[in-house]
Amino acid sequence: MHELSLIQGVVEICEQHSDGRRVLEVTLEIGALSGVVPESLEFCFDAAAKNTLLEGARLIIERVPATGFCSSCGVVSTMETYFDPCPCCSAPVLELRSGDEMRVRDLEVA
Amino acid sequence: MCMSCGCDSERHDHHHDHGEQPSGGKIAVETDILAKNNCLAAENRRFFNEKGVFVLNLVSSPGSGKTTILEHTLRDLSGKRRSAVIEGDQQTDNDARRIAATGVPVKQINTGAGCHLDAHMVGHALEELPISDLDILFIENVGNLVCPAAFDLGEHHKVVVLSVTEGEDKPLKYPQMFHAADVMLLNKIDLLPYLDFDVDKCLAMARRVSPGIKIFQLSAKTGEGMAAWYQWLEGRG
Repeated sequence: MHELSLIQGVVEICEQHSDGRRVLEVTLEIGALSGVVPESLEFCFDAAAKNTLLEGARLIIERVPATGFCSSCGVVSTMETYFDPCPCCSAPVLELRSGDEMRVRDLEVA
Repeated sequence: MCMSCGCDSERHDHHHDHGEQPSGGKIAVETDILAKNNCLAAENRRFFNEKGVFVLNLVSSPGSGKTTILEHTLRDLSGKRRSAVIEGDQQTDNDARRIAATGVPVKQINTGAGCHLDAHMVGHALEELPISDLDILFIENVGNLVCPAAFDLGEHHKVVVLSVTEGEDKPLKYPQMFHAADVMLLNKIDLLPYLDFDVDKCLAMARRVSPGIKIFQLSAKTGEGMAAWYQWLEGRG
């Protein structure tokens, strides 16, 4: 349950970027293999935002699909897990290209 | 010592006045949520490299034997390598007392409700350890196979401990942790005769998630397999 620590990080980042203005909306990008549960982030958000510039703000979470590169056949494919084999040549390992990100993309201020 | 802002407190509630404010709208941020932790971890790593200390972050589920492995490792390496330990637990200093009994400097961090150590806590713990006199620093993380995977502490390697009583499919059930680890200690192998634990299957699963992972099979209790682990440590720290 590290989502509370993460959402406190989100609040801190937004306060630094909002220049003292009230934050109306925050958009996060969360990778499918980041190990983060979006519902838990949403659950913690209101509590973490209380008494900050983010109180009452809307939280938007965009899921980033995981993709992996196959060094055997050069194909980039979608991954569901860390241990998916290449769907084209069945090589056992793909290099993760996206899907482990946890990022504050942008915010809207009053 | 907080290496980013020089504070001496646990909290970072900085408030700044910004004077005249521009009008509202969208602001591009594009910042990693863990940016602050990663930044502090990088500071810790620079500090470790400057002092020439080899640092390992031990992670596992509760009860896998991290503290027992450390107790034996510290005793058996004493006189050969100068070590210290940072102990992370939600509550109690039980593990720190076990480590202190080996004669090695130890600092306990209690995370309270927190489920993992972070780079800031470790940075502060370093203030109380004789880092300049060390070869190896072991950080025993909170027993948890999920959250500590995401938090870089500035270590050189994450070492995941898996005991054979936990089941062989842990690497696939908790892939983030095994993916983040460079080294795996398969502990309690003295119990294998009493269990339906398929070692080959377990190692294959670990390698599927973390292809280059270095694996040691050992029993901290009987000492079997510990020599190879020590040899690996002595080659680095």
